[in-house]
Amino acid sequence: MGHPAALELVDLTRRYGPVVAVAGIDLKIPAGTYCCLLGPSGCGKTTTLRMIAGHESVTEGDIVLGGANVTGLEPARRGTAMMFQSYALFPHLDVIDNVSFALRMRGVDKKTRHTRARELLDLVDMSPYADRLPSQLSGGQQQRVALARALITEPQILLLDEPLSALDPFLRVKMRAELKRLQRELGITFIHVTHGQEEAMALADLVVLMNGGRIEQQGSPRDVFNAPRTEFVARFMGGHNVVETPTGKIAIRSDLTRLVRGDGPRPAFVRAIEYQGPHVHVAVTTADGVEHLAMVPEAVFDRDPLEPGAVVSIDWDEAAAHTLA
Amino acid sequence: MTPSTISRHMVAWAQAAPMALVFLAFFLVPLALVVMVSFWDYNDYAMIPTFSGRGYTESFEGCLTRLPEACTMLKTYGQTLKFCAMVWAITLVVGFTVAYFLAFHVKSVTWQIALSLVCTIPFWTSNVIRMIAWIPLLGRNGLINKTLVGLHIVDKPIEWLLYSQFSVVLALVHLFTFFMVIPIFNSMIRIDKSLIEAAYDAGASGWQTLWTVIVPLCKPGIVIGSIFVVTIVMGDFVTIGVMGGQQIASAGKVVETHLNALQFPVAAANAVILLGVTLMIIAAMSKLVDVRKEL
Repeated sequence: MGHPAALELVDLTRRYGPVVAVAGIDLKIPAGTYCCLLGPSGCGKTTTLRMIAGHESVTEGDIVLGGANVTGLEPARRGTAMMFQSYALFPHLDVIDNVSFALRMRGVDKKTRHTRARELLDLVDMSPYADRLPSQLSGGQQQRVALARALITEPQILLLDEPLSALDPFLRVKMRAELKRLQRELGITFIHVTHGQEEAMALADLVVLMNGGRIEQQGSPRDVFNAPRTEFVARFMGGHNVVETPTGKIAIRSDLTRLVRGDGPRPAFVRAIEYQGPHVHVAVTTADGVEHLAMVPEAVFDRDPLEPGAVVSIDWDEAAAHTLA
Repeated sequence: MTPSTISRHMVAWAQAAPMALVFLAFFLVPLALVVMVSFWDYNDYAMIPTFSGRGYTESFEGCLTRLPEACTMLKTYGQTLKFCAMVWAITLVVGFTVAYFLAFHVKSVTWQIALSLVCTIPFWTSNVIRMIAWIPLLGRNGLINKTLVGLHIVDKPIEWLLYSQFSVVLALVHLFTFFMVIPIFNSMIRIDKSLIEAAYDAGASGWQTLWTVIVPLCKPGIVIGSIFVVTIVMGDFVTIGVMGGQQIASAGKVVETHLNALQFPVAAANAVILLGVTLMIIAAMSKLVDVRKEL
């Protein structure tokens, strides 16, 4: 595989006429990192990925890979490889020819490139399918082939555009673990675009949460989840209640939000109760009509089971409150 | 079978019936008659309804005895196949290029439709008018010759511009490139654009992408377009007649000549031979690709 290399984006900007898709982002991704670009649709994450890949032109700024400025280079000369959202396998070529495509373009002879392709098919457990056409494979199998095809050029960085979005939920979790395993084994950087915070938290060493063409917050999944910088981050990462206080907005994790029966300083009434196994989800509505969710441990809930319509007061430990910018 | 499936079958048959009846009455029955007449005997002024292979033997007359010299039949088919190959090659290259432009360079669907309609302009007038319109352009005293002589590029008018193989090929290409453009465009428009990006990502140059991704995926369109062009050119006698100044032989022209001479069995035999040759070419082309996938 390629030598792991650090990636740096400097004031990277992409404009389409008057529309700003990516508004001057700065980002450093150390070598060998699993990085997730996370955000709602239209936040600029895919455009950023495509600029790193070289499939989208850069309006302003630089892309520096392993110390070299690659902003103007064509995709194949950057040391990146892209795995497309719909996999983009060539429908007229069988699996082994799909995987060895990049080597064929470089003029590598058939025997050598097929040998190399078989190694990669082994890596993704797809060797028995070498002679199949893409249309004869399931979604998960197509994805493995697309992975092998992207890896054959020994990239320093693998770019994945919503790689799991086309899979069913069961397969998604399975492939997720596999991607993480591959990244660890290969030791190269993966940059993975997703709009699922759960996926990002499960996979990433570095989560980059984007909104409106800017980076809203970056850090390890734990840092981002436990210390959301803004209300957007708290709401997007989920699992938080955003509460208006006289000193400003604060975020409290749902599992640290307590509900005390009876009237109190922060009254609300129970709207719905959902049993979720380890936790019971209690949805409450305050007098102002704001909805909050408390994840109450089953044992705690059982001590004094609430019922819909019950009046409660919302409470938390001072240490759990997190001030938002 | 339940009543509902029976009625569904009835509806299906009813839907297919009108076309099937037209096809039967105006294509299959006449075709059967042609084959039948081709095996009839004849003399100088009438056909005789008894079985005879004379229509065929006289068509192939001298083909074996005069070897190695080619007989009339072989010469005619040689000429027809030559036109066919030239027109096919030119329409393929031009049609592919135009389809590529429409599919990959024209971004808006409105413009794609508008420009496809522009390709149909040759069909807005009748065949005869179209061919007559070449005369003031290509004729001995036509626009091109006048210009060339006027600019002193040539001393005297170029003779081969009209009533020549050149003018035949030009007219056929002008007419039939459209039949190449549409099926190839139809194949091309279905190519997922991310495939082209994937090829680029893998380091393919423009030519490599063209040869390894676009052309293979356009194969069905190329074959369908080729079938259109080849069948039309093989049977053509009007364009070759008019643009060739009635001096160039073609397989279709032979049938017409015999028809005009009221020698129906020979004409029918020649028609059956032409049909056979054309069907063999189509069969060979269909072998290359599964056309059904495209329909």
